[in-house]
Amino acid sequence: MQKLGDFKMPNFFNYPPYFTLQPVKDTREKQIQLWKELILDYCRTQKFFIIELEKEFPLFTNPVIERSLSHEARDIFLSALVSDGRAEWMDKGHRKCLILWHRIQDWADLILRFVKDNGLEDSVMTVEEIRSGTESRGTELHGIDRTVLMRALKLLEHKGKLTIFKGTSADDEGVKFSI
Amino acid sequence: MAGKWLPAAELTGSGRPVLHTGEVECSLLSSVDLECEENPNFPLFKSGLLIVTTHRLLWIPASSTAAFAIPLAAVSHIFSSSSSAKKSMIKTMFASPRVRIQVSATPEGRVEEGGSRSVVITLVLRGKSDQSDSFSGKLWEAWRGRAWESAGDSGSSSGVGGGVGGGGGVMSVRMPVVGVSGILRKEQEMWESTDKSLQDAFQDLNALMSKAKEMVMLAEKMRLKLLSGSNNQASAANDEEMGSKEEMQDWLLSVGIASPVTKESAGALYHQQLSRQLADFVKVPIERAGGMVNLIDIYCLFNRARGTELISPEDLLQACSLWEKFDVPVMLRKFDSGVMVIQSKSYRDEEVLLRIKSLVLKPDALRTGISASDAAITLGIAPAMAKEHLLTAETKGLLCRDVSPDGFRFYVNLFQEIVLDDLFLVKDHGTYSAWVSAAVASR
Repeated sequence: MQKLGDFKMPNFFNYPPYFTLQPVKDTREKQIQLWKELILDYCRTQKFFIIELEKEFPLFTNPVIERSLSHEARDIFLSALVSDGRAEWMDKGHRKCLILWHRIQDWADLILRFVKDNGLEDSVMTVEEIRSGTESRGTELHGIDRTVLMRALKLLEHKGKLTIFKGTSADDEGVKFSI
Repeated sequence: MAGKWLPAAELTGSGRPVLHTGEVECSLLSSVDLECEENPNFPLFKSGLLIVTTHRLLWIPASSTAAFAIPLAAVSHIFSSSSSAKKSMIKTMFASPRVRIQVSATPEGRVEEGGSRSVVITLVLRGKSDQSDSFSGKLWEAWRGRAWESAGDSGSSSGVGGGVGGGGGVMSVRMPVVGVSGILRKEQEMWESTDKSLQDAFQDLNALMSKAKEMVMLAEKMRLKLLSGSNNQASAANDEEMGSKEEMQDWLLSVGIASPVTKESAGALYHQQLSRQLADFVKVPIERAGGMVNLIDIYCLFNRARGTELISPEDLLQACSLWEKFDVPVMLRKFDSGVMVIQSKSYRDEEVLLRIKSLVLKPDALRTGISASDAAITLGIAPAMAKEHLLTAETKGLLCRDVSPDGFRFYVNLFQEIVLDDLFLVKDHGTYSAWVSAAVASR
């Protein structure tokens, strides 16, 4: 079985037509679904948050069978994720794509659970502490993309669960939970 | 009933007359009645297609079922159409032009060559009057050409110089040229020793036209000679020689449609008659190609067989599209890609799909896919044709494509077998598992 890092690849990753956009409607639909699943699976286990179309992405090239996705195919598969709400384009030119294997709402719920599990209901934390502090180690929040985290925090702020404020250092922000 | 008075004529499957050796069509005219005033029992021959050939007058009813023929040899006199009409000027202005011919018949009145009695048959031309003038001209020409007289001896004569050429001044019937010229030029050195008169034929086109018939005969003779030659020396002849002989035979076989339908002879009926002739012609190449041939290939083959009476692509297309109106066993088909083919009506896509399916399921094909040329070799058809079949199979979900720097290949479609909920699941005994084991075996 072929592996990419510690990610086990499904058999069809070596099936050459998987890398060519299929013109027939039914086949194309199934192909897009398979790509969506594989991208989400891979990004979740490998903690990939951003896919840049013009840069190498391990999933989009298979050196074993010497096949690689065309730019058009990458755009189509990621756009399919975007329309499912599982990804967002970060620029109008479709060069960078934010992959949301958890939706923002799900991330917000994860933050709330994390706060409750650690008894931080009235505490203050920096954003950086949530991403890489000792408390978050071993949870899905550890190593979360900053953009995704800020989006989830803003959603919670909107619901009155916390307040975001400028920290002492210029590049970091603080969060005051009030759950 | 009608057969009692006129000899029957044979028709091809698509309703074209079967011509005798050396017989050529001169003129076609629709909406013609046949009448015989002397014979009250003479049946109604209403509004049929009349064809003047060098040998016969053929009458085909609109239904194209059974045709009848009056051998020109039986015609003893052709009355000028205007002579009888002088009686009444007013009548001639409105009545259909008539051509009366005196033909020999048996004592009972059946039209026959060398019969003791003679009857007068009237041809009533109901079509446009301007056509009828040229028609009677053509009839006169054909009758006076007496081509049927030379047909007998030229067929059996050993010398090529015999036949029509002997007629001298009687050569008023223009023989359409049949397309041997190109082939003959290629093989000219073989021919030089055969007959000096052939040399003259290459000097100018007029000479060539008068020699056309001889050349078809010579081609036929050479084919037979080659056939017998290859039998006799089968053991001695080396392979290369055999190969060139077979090739030569093929050339000679594709030489001739003896009487190509032309605008000149068929006039307004041109496309209709061309369409029927084409339907007869394509049977053999379609059969040889397994039921389907590219339209372009047919265009080349058809024009090659017609010799110098070439038709335009538009004429071919029009002739093909007329097939819908006739009961012919072939049809024109247009693929999504725009490629047009002629296929027999009995042709079934399913059979080809089955063959393609068994092809892509072979271990090698599972692993590396198949190209259009792979399929062409297995199916025994042209690569362009094979590609159309593969694309059809793709549309039906049987195949899917792989486009890479290595080329355009097709694989058996596995997408529908992969389970979305479990990307790693490979069901036993499916195409997917067959592919997995073939793919693993290759590493």
